Parts: sequence; structure tokens; C-alpha cells
Amino acid sequence: MSALDDNAKEIAEDAGGEEIATSSREINTKEQDNGAGGPIILFFIIGLFASLILGWVIFPKLLYSKKKQPIDFNHVLHVAEVEDGCESCHFFREDGTYSGVPKLEQCIDCHDEIQGISHDEIKFVEKYVSKGREVPWLIYSRQPDCVFFSHAAHVKAAKIDCVTCHGHIGESENLKIYEESRITGYSRDIWGKSIGGFKKNTWDRMKMDDCAECHRKNTANISRTGVKTPTNRLIGHIIDLVSPGTSVSNKGGSVQTERDACFVCHK
Amino acid sequence: MKIDRRSFLSFLIGGGAGTALSPLPWKLMDDSSIWTQMWPWTPVPEDGEASYVNSACTLCPGGCGITVRKIDDRAVKIEGMKGHPVNNGGLCILGLSGLQLLYGPTRVKTPLKRVGKRGQGSWEKISWKDAISEVAKILSDLRSTGQSHTVGCISDSDRGTVPRLFERFLTVYGSPNLMRTSSIIDSYELTLHLMQGVQASPGFDFENADFILSFGSGIIDGWGSPVRMFRANSAWRNTGGKIIQIEPRLSNTAAKSDKWIPANPGTEAALALGIAHVIIKESLYDAEFVDNYSAGFEDWKRFVLDKYGPDSVATITGIDNTTIIALARSFARASKPLAICGRGQGTTPGSLDECTTVHALNALVGNINKQGGIFAVAEPDYINWPEVEMDATAAIGMQKDRLDGAGSKKYPFSRYLLNRLPQAINSGEKYPLKALFVGDANPLYTMSDSKAVKKAFDKVPFVVSFSSYMNETAQNADLILPNHAYLERYEDIPTPPGMPKPVISLTRPVVEPQLNTKHTGDIIILLAKAMGGNIADAFAWNSYDACLKETLGNKWQVMIKKGFWSYPDFFVQTHEESFDTISGKFEFVSKETGSLKQFKPVNIEGDKTNYPLLLMPYDSIRLANGVIGNPPFVMKSVDDTVLKGNNVFIEINPKTAGEQGLREGQLAMLSTPVGKAKVKVHLFDGIMPGLVALPRGLGHTAFDDYLAGKGINFNELIGPVEDPVSGLDTAWGIRVKLAKV
Repeated sequence: MSALDDNAKEIAEDAGGEEIATSSREINTKEQDNGAGGPIILFFIIGLFASLILGWVIFPKLLYSKKKQPIDFNHVLHVAEVEDGCESCHFFREDGTYSGVPKLEQCIDCHDEIQGISHDEIKFVEKYVSKGREVPWLIYSRQPDCVFFSHAAHVKAAKIDCVTCHGHIGESENLKIYEESRITGYSRDIWGKSIGGFKKNTWDRMKMDDCAECHRKNTANISRTGVKTPTNRLIGHIIDLVSPGTSVSNKGGSVQTERDACFVCHK
Repeated sequence: MKIDRRSFLSFLIGGGAGTALSPLPWKLMDDSSIWTQMWPWTPVPEDGEASYVNSACTLCPGGCGITVRKIDDRAVKIEGMKGHPVNNGGLCILGLSGLQLLYGPTRVKTPLKRVGKRGQGSWEKISWKDAISEVAKILSDLRSTGQSHTVGCISDSDRGTVPRLFERFLTVYGSPNLMRTSSIIDSYELTLHLMQGVQASPGFDFENADFILSFGSGIIDGWGSPVRMFRANSAWRNTGGKIIQIEPRLSNTAAKSDKWIPANPGTEAALALGIAHVIIKESLYDAEFVDNYSAGFEDWKRFVLDKYGPDSVATITGIDNTTIIALARSFARASKPLAICGRGQGTTPGSLDECTTVHALNALVGNINKQGGIFAVAEPDYINWPEVEMDATAAIGMQKDRLDGAGSKKYPFSRYLLNRLPQAINSGEKYPLKALFVGDANPLYTMSDSKAVKKAFDKVPFVVSFSSYMNETAQNADLILPNHAYLERYEDIPTPPGMPKPVISLTRPVVEPQLNTKHTGDIIILLAKAMGGNIADAFAWNSYDACLKETLGNKWQVMIKKGFWSYPDFFVQTHEESFDTISGKFEFVSKETGSLKQFKPVNIEGDKTNYPLLLMPYDSIRLANGVIGNPPFVMKSVDDTVLKGNNVFIEINPKTAGEQGLREGQLAMLSTPVGKAKVKVHLFDGIMPGLVALPRGLGHTAFDDYLAGKGINFNELIGPVEDPVSGLDTAWGIRVKLAKV
């Protein structure tokens, strides 16, 4: 027994020794894995968050320069004074074109003398009215030159409210800071305040997709394939594949150019 | 914790994922695409209120009505005025490009006084007050020493209030030396004077004519009122009107005509006589008109029948005798035939013989003062200013002979002979010219033999330019008193040459004066006031605008509204009353000039041995060759077989080029007795062998970089040849030799 036992013990010891050796190797490897795996994930997360912060927070700050309007204009005050609402100052000319931002000519009737004591009013009269210089207003809704937009078609013919595109600017007491893209020179209001491009209201953005959204819904002759933004072009293609021949033909189009599709809005 | 390669890669992957989940790449892509499609340096027209202003174009003598589109205060587009009697909505390429002159860099921005040598280009700015008092002082000094007649003035026109103010000033000051830039109109006015006894401009009723026999007139190359001619030409296509173009070179007009007949250059008068021969011989002429309302027909008939049979004319002109006979028959049998002359754009007067012979053809077919024919149109008589009161100095000055010899014993019928001025100054045979005003003209570019003209200018101690633009003459002036540009000023434009009915157009300020300029009319008035005495009394107006308004009277309101005044009560006098010659009839042979002379070709400069070829100019609507040079837009339209880089092409027949050993595109030296120039060769089957053609309107030294230094000014290569009767420049070309370079 003793001899057998000894033998068995030896075997057991040997085996145990081996076992121990194996497990200790495993432990060593595990230890090594644990030591590098943490930082890799950490770095991934650091990279992820850093770029998310860069993209969502820092990038818009770098992209847009902030400019103050030359005069802080109070819409509420003026809307109360006039009879025709927005159109009192932002009117249509006799030939149907839209006047846009008022010129001195419209202001001068009341403002040839200083009205009230506000700093901006004094600045307006002294710097601009008395010198006959136009105020270099910064226009939030200015579109690139390649876009042809007719106010008459939208406001007069389609009876769209100013608020639909411009929001409640008529109810503001101050003009907000004008944020200008350093790359394009256009206002942040075109892309929208949300850098991610999310919108809650119709007036939050003024990109081509926003025009197309309404045109798709409300115009018969310019339907899905009429206004080809990247998104609706894709939709159009899918529809054509699924049920060919159902896309609406491009009748009508622009009154000015008598052309269709892109040329309704693009020169 | 160890940072190794893996963790760095992991950071990058995390960064990549995060970036993709952030708006950064999409927004950047969007913004950069907007940026690349709307380069910030591309000018974008301002948005604003659109308005239209009716005015008149003055860039050439054509007198088109224009409608200028404005956005707020800026002129953005020039269009032809609808309903205007001259151009009815059409406009030429030069007129369309006018805004480049208004806003371009060639404007003279303020009064300038020369500092360095003449032509060196060193100027100092001077106030209007100083400028005017300086001119007034020099004029007063000349006048007080009895030299008032040594002051001259060159203007592009003698009609309208501004040229008339110049004339009035010179009269009351005491100088007879007002000169007008010459053109085919001078020859026509003289023809009408000699044959019909009237002081009038020719008016062609193209709109009602149906057979145009054009002796080299560039009907669609800028002859007459260019836009009116384009419209008439288009109308003939619809109504079946025919154009026969007689010209040694296939011009645009010839190419678009119904028949192109290349005649030996300078033999057009002989061809006209040949045509008359056939018409008379075959009794195809209008006997009613000829028998009742003409004089001297029998003499002329004998002269024509004797010497100008189709065979002898065929020898002179190089045209087949059957062609001549057929041409004569179809001209005489057409219901409303009309013969016209004036080569190219009609910028040179040409031979008086030629003009009278062509006019005689019109008389033969009886289309004088008749629908579809040629009218003698008197200058509208709206300028009725009180007579000037001349003092003794003025009277003495006005008694002096004109420096250019117009109205002298040698040339009694001519009113202006600007072409003779350089020679008169350079030879010093009469009296020197001490001061010269250059109104709306650019003689240093437009007059032939530029070198002699420059020499003459150098001899005039005081040259004042009134040009709005820094042209060649302004560059060589002592003082520039810049006029407002044509879109910044009021001015009346009386009947343009060739219009059958009188019309006055109104040039009107479309925009406020952009620079420190002054209306030439105002300068004359201010100058008169500065001189005082009788001179000031003759200019009682406070300003030019007041003068114009008063002059036009009740027409003013209509012209402001419509843009022009068209004489609704205009009527043409009957044949009994319309000829004011000695005989009271149309004179085939003018009693004033006397006998009939045999056809003699114009004595072209140069001998045949040294200069074997003939050089002639050609005109194109795409090359402005008058007071105004091509603006950049027009320059862009010039073909590269006309101008390539800075080299101008000559046109030459391949046969002649072969004889001279010249190939297409090769450089050659062109020499005439007057000057020489390096040119490129363009082979052209549409030009007669032995001829070389060079375009007019290039070779400017002034204006902008798009024009200056490009090509050759034709006037540097040719000199004037005096017509024996009129004294006008009759040269249509010059002998030339070509050598390989």
C-alpha cells in the first residue's frame, strides 16, 4: 500500500504539479489580457466621445462666426404701429417682386427725427438716416444666388403664411445674433439652428429638402420626382422599381422659366 | 497602464465612429459644395427694385432708342426701345455692351491737367474751377491779341444742342474753325446740294424699297443706323426684296445678299454710269420724272451714251457686259428700286463723282422724295436761339478763311474738311492753330495718316479734350474736361443719318454721374460766363439742362415720356417745290459745278512697281471703329481669323498669296507709302486677287487692356486723297507690298 500510495502520490503530485503549472500559465495570460483590454476600450470610448464632442459642440462653434446686426430692431414695437402686418414693411412691389428687407425710404417717414431715447434709435438716425446711408442688415434667410425663389408664388398664389418659413420673427423684441458659416458666407438659419439638422417646426430649416417636403405634399405637378433632392430621388427610384409608370409627369413647372424639375427653383 | 499602438488605433476607430455619428462630415460636405458652386469672388448682382429708363444710345451716330433696366441705383442691362422709329426694340452688340463703358476703367474720373510730356500719361487732378479759368485765360489772351480765329473745335456731329453750343461759342468768340468728323453723309449732303439745291441729309426709305443696289455699303456691317438696317434686311427676306451687293470682297452683307458682284475696286462710279447707259438706251427710265422735274438730262444722256456702253464699262470694272445689262434691267424694272453708296460703314466720304452718279440712278428711276426712295431730310428746326451779338473782334475773326479750306474758292461747296486740317497745320501756309477743342470725337484714332495727324496735334500748343473716356486724343491733350458718360446726361440726338423722317431722340441720365465729371454743355456755358462781355451774354442759360429744356419747349414733356419726338405733321413736298437749284429742277448736271467730267479712278497713293497689291479696309459690326473702341464684351466676339493674340490678320486671295509665297497663318510685313505693320496672313477665297483687306477698329493705344495694343489701326497705313470738287477724303485704299518676315 505504502509503495502504491507513494506511487500514486507521486503521480498525483506530478499531475497536480502540472495542473498547477497549467493554471498558473492561464492565470498569467488572463492577467496579461486584463491589463491591455481596459485601455483599448477606454481609448475607443475616448476617441468616440472626443469626436462626438468635436462634431456636435466644438465644430459648430468653429464653423460659425457671430455677428451683431447693425441696429437692434424691435419687431413687436413696429408691428403694433402698422396696419398691414408684415406686408406694411416687407411688401410686394407693383411689378410683383418682393421688396425683402426695408430700405431707408420706408423708415424715413417716421424716423427723420429721433423717436424715443433708445441707443439703437439714436444710432440709426445719426449714422444712417441723416447721412442717407442704407443699413447693412444681415439677412438670415438669404439663399445662394443659384436659388430662384418667388415670394409672390408662395405668398400670393399659394397663400402661405410668413410664419411657415420665417417663424415668429414678427414677435421678437430683439434681433438675434447672426451666425455666418465661415465656409459659405450664408446664415446658420439655412441649415438650421440644430447642427444635426433636426427640425420640429417648418421654419427651423431652409434647405432644399425643406422646400421639397412642402412641394411634395402640396403641389400636384411637382411630385416625388419633380424636386430631386438626394432623398426623394432615392424614393422616386424605389417607387419606379416597385410600380413602374406611377410617377407623375412633369407638367407645368416654373412660370418664369417654363421649365421643370430642377429649373423650377434653380437658374 | 501602457499606451501602445493598439490603443492609438482604438482611439482612431472610436474617433472615426464618433465623427460619423456627428454632423461634422455631412455639414462640411454640404458647406463646401455650396462654396464651390458659389465662389465668393464671383460677382452676384444685388437684389433690389427693378425699373426701366428710356434713353438714346450715342455710341455711334445710329441714334437708337434704348431702355435701360436698373436694379435700385445700378444700371444692369441695356435693351432696344420698343416703338422707337429707328430701332423698334432691336439693339446692336456695341449698344448692348454700353454698361462696360459706364462702369469700366476707361472713364476719365476727374478733370486732368498734363504734367509730363504730351502723351506720356502723367496727369494731375485739377478742380473744375481751376480748369475752366485756365481755359478762359488762354482764350482771353488769344482773343485780346487778335488771334481768336486760331481756336478750333472738332466734333463728331454738327447737329443737336451741344455741337450748336460749340458753334455759338466759336461764333461769338470769333473763329470760323468748327470741324465735323467726315463720313459718306458729307458726300450725300453735297450731292443733294448740287443736284437738288437743298441743305439736307439723305433719308432712305428702306422699309418700303424692294430692290437695293448697294455700291459697297455694308447693309448688315454697320452702315447707316445699324439696327434699322438689320431690321430692314430681315424684312426684305419676308417681302421678297432683293439686295445686289457690288464690292470686291465678300463681306457679311455680300454673303447674305441675293447677288454679289465683285467689281474692280474704285470703279463703282463707272459701273453706275454703265447701268445708266443701259437704262437710257432701252428707255427704261421714269420719263414722267425725267421730263418734268429734271434739268440737264440731255447733256448727261449724251455723255453716258457716248462713253459708257456695257463693253467699255466691262473693261473698267471687270464685270461681264451681260451682267451689267441684266443688272440695269432688273434695277429699272423693280417697283421700288433704291441705289445707295458709302463703302462699309460709310465712315469715309469717298468720291463725289461716285455719289452723284449713284444718286442720278435714283433720279433715273424717279424715286426721289418718294415712298421706297431717297428723301432730302432737312435738319429739324427746333434750335431757335436768339442771334448772337458779335463784337468787332468776333466779326474780324469770323471773316478769316477756314483753316481746313471748306467754303474757299477751291472747295466752295464743302462745309467741313477735317481731312485737310493736319496738312494745313503742318504746312503752316495759312495761320497756326493755337488752341483746339475736341468734343465728342477721337481724331487721333479715326483720321487717316495717324502720323501726320499726331504731328499736327503736336504743333497745336493747347489741346482740350472733352472725352468721357481716356481715348487716343485725350491721351495727347493738355487738359481733359471729362463729359458725363452717355447714361449719365441729357442730350438731344437729332435725326440719325439715313432716316427718311425727322426724329429727335433724348439721351437721358439713367444713373447719377458716377465720377467727378461735367456736362460739356455746362462747361461751354461756364466758359462763356468766365469770358464775360458779349460771349457771356450769348449764353444766358443757367445750365445745359435748362438750355435743352427751353430749346425743346413743348416737345420736352413728350420726349421725357416717350423718349423721342417724331414730327407727326411731317410731309414731303411735291416735286414742283422740292428742288431749289438754279433751274428749280433736279439737275443731272449741276450748273454750279459746270461741265461733266469723264470717269477717272481715284488717284490711289503708291506706285505699281514698288507696291504691287492694293490694300483696302473692311468694316464689321463686331469692331467699333468710331469715337468709341470695342468694350470687352464686343472684343470677345471677334473671330480668331481676324485677331489672334495681338496679331491682326489680313485677308488675301490664295492665288495672290501663292504668288507672294505666303501661307495661312504666316507673319508678313505690310508696307504702304504711309506706314508699315506686321500682320498675319489669312487666305480667303472671297476677296479679289491682287487685293489685301484689313479690318478697321483695331490697333488702339488707348482704352483698356482688352483693346489696347491689339492689331493695327488701318488709319496708320493710309493717307487722305482729296476729291477735286469736294475736297473730302476720297481714298478707298492704298497700294501695298507684302514681304515675308
